[in-house]
Amino acid sequence: MAAANTNSMISLRAVTKRFGNFTAVDAATFDIAAGEFFSLLGPSGCGKTTLLRMIGGFERQSTGEILIDGEPMGTRAPNQRPTNMVFQSYAIFPHLDVAENIAYGLANRPVDKATIARKVAAALEMMRLDGLGNRRTNQLSGGQRQRVALARAIVCEPKVLLLDEPLGALDKKLREEMQIELRQLQKSLGITFIFVTHDQEEALSLSDRIAVMARGKVLQIDTATALYEHPNCREVAGFIGNMNFLEGRIAGVEGGLAAIEIGDGQVVKVPANGQAAAGGNAILAIRPEKIDAHGSATAPQPGTNAIRARARASSYLGDRSLILADWRNGAAPVSVSLQNRKSLSGDGSSGIGIPGPDSELWLTWPVEAGVLLTS
Amino acid sequence: MQFLRRHLNPLSFFAVSYLLFLYVPVLLLPLFSFNDDIYVRLPLTGFTLQWYKNLMNNTSLLSALWSSVQVGIGVSLVSTLLGLMAARAMTRYRLPGRRGIYGLILLPLVIPYMVIGVSTLVILRRMLDVDLTLWTVGASHVLITVPLSMLVLMARMEGFDRSLEEASRDLGDSAWKSFRRVTLPLVMPGIVSSFLLCFITSFDEYLLAFFLAGSDATLPIFIFSSLRFPNKIPDVLALGSLILMVSIVLVVFAEWLRRRGVSGSDSSVI
Repeated sequence: MAAANTNSMISLRAVTKRFGNFTAVDAATFDIAAGEFFSLLGPSGCGKTTLLRMIGGFERQSTGEILIDGEPMGTRAPNQRPTNMVFQSYAIFPHLDVAENIAYGLANRPVDKATIARKVAAALEMMRLDGLGNRRTNQLSGGQRQRVALARAIVCEPKVLLLDEPLGALDKKLREEMQIELRQLQKSLGITFIFVTHDQEEALSLSDRIAVMARGKVLQIDTATALYEHPNCREVAGFIGNMNFLEGRIAGVEGGLAAIEIGDGQVVKVPANGQAAAGGNAILAIRPEKIDAHGSATAPQPGTNAIRARARASSYLGDRSLILADWRNGAAPVSVSLQNRKSLSGDGSSGIGIPGPDSELWLTWPVEAGVLLTS
Repeated sequence: MQFLRRHLNPLSFFAVSYLLFLYVPVLLLPLFSFNDDIYVRLPLTGFTLQWYKNLMNNTSLLSALWSSVQVGIGVSLVSTLLGLMAARAMTRYRLPGRRGIYGLILLPLVIPYMVIGVSTLVILRRMLDVDLTLWTVGASHVLITVPLSMLVLMARMEGFDRSLEEASRDLGDSAWKSFRRVTLPLVMPGIVSSFLLCFITSFDEYLLAFFLAGSDATLPIFIFSSLRFPNKIPDVLALGSLILMVSIVLVVFAEWLRRRGVSGSDSSVI
């Protein structure tokens, strides 16, 4: 057990899966710590489910190795691995009742009937399914089916619980409730969770760490905050939340800041990410809510970027207003999200509440709010 | 009258005539089996159980019936087992040449039985020198019932959520145990249907049995040969009525079993 990485429950070493010419998962290499809530996030077809299924033993990796708790899994079948899965379709056995479903895995363990009954009762209680043990599964609601699937997996006390988009089939309100329940469950059990989802909000709110995947590649693995504030590439930046991209070239690097010439003679500064070199193409990424809009020219403050723009459209969304502003011919407009802290006048035209179409704007943001992406 | 007026239109007339045309001949069978006349003709002359009594003493008829039941049970067991394996292979795995194999298994459905009968006879007698017995009849019936079994079972297995089997593997079952604990119970209604369909097909089959039976006649062969002797016809009517009754009981039972299976499974499995 005292393997090299005593702390990591899962170790992926260059795990690759090919289907013919198509590479579904490309050399995934990372570790997941014991007790971690880890999410695989990406658009459909990015390989996240395939990676999860390889960890569970439902697909065999083409090359690479998967270690669980220090042990290489090789080609072990799902029933030989210390993992259990909650399937996207729940895969509740229709010919068994709720209690029989939950007890299913325990029948493969050397435990007596009394112990099984006790564990099933405990699982029913924990998942708030008390009194439903004798129900047929087709009489359950979506949320209840979800909880049966969870109970059935955790009653086996796996080292790692694999969840394949388990909340995808639930409606919004139920999904939010289940998110909270899932998080509490994971905290109280201390089991490592690997959670596959295409819903970024779900991943951000639940996970300790998230791996963002696209086209079979793992792009970035980080905490929710780090992914949002410091995406390492345009794809991650665009996938998580909304992001403006200002394209330009690096005019110079000085004092940890890169100056980027973004056209029309405008220069903005952004923290250099180490590999920025003068003369190269670069993208400045900035979140809509980090930008402030001013109706009149203000002297650029030190430590603040300011660019001229013209309002194209705006919409009032209650808690905030969204402004779409053109800043250079031919470039995608910048979107600005303003918190409506002050109450606006009835016609909405006062101050910078909602600028009218074609009004001149200054867009400003603190230098450190931008992220430099080298293309 | 209200009811009649509302339902008397050409379409209803067609539907009723159609049903009468289908079932009246079948219902005449029990009627004449109780009629006290050795000829099948109207008017009815009187009620008798004579033909049913004769049946009990007609040893050659009973032995033909027994032969058919033996062949039918054997055939439906073998064909359902083969059909189950074929259906699983077709629905579960990516077989190279899947369509070709599928076509070859289904082919006996469209080959005239006469062709199958003659060619099997030639091979068995001329080339292999095998004696014609109920075994040879059974073998030919397996050939024609495996496609039926496979089709029935494929229909059942195609809607099968594959993650159910994966879930059972995930929860610690070996491949075989997973098949026994999950696949088999869910496919069971299909297995029962396949068994009944194969049995009826074999029980009813005349042409192949005629070619391949040798000296042990099956029931259809016996009945056909009985038709030459008018005094034996009432016995056949009595037997036919009994078989009809058993069939109805079997169909009702199978339907009951199927509904029970449906109500016990969720929509993803049906």
